[in-house]
Amino acid sequence: MTAGIPLYDFLIVSTLMFFIGIYGFLTRKNLITILMSVELILNSVNINFVAFNRYLFPGQLEGQFFSLFIIAVAAAEAAVAIAIIISVYRKFTNIDVERVDTMKH
Amino acid sequence: MTISEIIFYLFSAIIVLFSILTVTSRRILRAAIFLLFVLVSTAGLYFMLNYQFLAAVQLTLYAGGIVVLIIFSILLTSHISQKFESVSLKKQLFSAIAVAAGAFLSIMVVVSFGFDKLIEVTDNPSMSAIGSDLLNYGKNGYALPFEVISILLLAAMFASIVIAKKDKKTN
Repeated sequence: MTAGIPLYDFLIVSTLMFFIGIYGFLTRKNLITILMSVELILNSVNINFVAFNRYLFPGQLEGQFFSLFIIAVAAAEAAVAIAIIISVYRKFTNIDVERVDTMKH
Repeated sequence: MTISEIIFYLFSAIIVLFSILTVTSRRILRAAIFLLFVLVSTAGLYFMLNYQFLAAVQLTLYAGGIVVLIIFSILLTSHISQKFESVSLKKQLFSAIAVAAGAFLSIMVVVSFGFDKLIEVTDNPSMSAIGSDLLNYGKNGYALPFEVISILLLAAMFASIVIAKKDKKTN
């Protein structure tokens, strides 16, 4: 299915996605949108792993397993982050990072 | 231009466009839906690379699990009709400059790097190979990271229950 598509195109797409995620991480103020930016970044890394696996070492499965483990870690991270967000919301009644700037309660 | 190239560039365009919309949309629920589109298109790329198992995991875990979790937490913490105030122009400008510089540099490095042994893709790893490698503890086996991940998921589950639980004293 990938005949004629160079590896570079996959890498460029994932690089663009990574830096768009960084942009969101820098400009967003809501905790959930920051979490979404982090998901974009993790996903772009997955594309890199899979493309390298396919183009450079097609007989092996390393890239695929790394992507699987990254997806699992991302799921764990999202669950813990959302638990923290809900706990923060209960204490401050908003999740804006500029208004949630104290650890006291 | 073959049909697979057209499909690939279509998926790439969807990924880049909806990634930008995800980080710039001022309505949070729409941002979550745009993120869903990005993740589904990524699964499409995995299908194009003939990694069906990984694409299925991407669809069920990312597009199914994480996006639903994010949408639930959005519904719990903010009003649907609420729009964010727009980001200050200075912050937008400087972030865009930093990001564009980083992206430009990375793409330059990637393009100028010669990947010398590009192998034409031939056969696919079978499902049974994935399964036996995942539970194999010998050479090319991934039993240890598999177990570590399972403990991590268990710990994350406990942690999220403990953190999100209501404090009895404050009630």
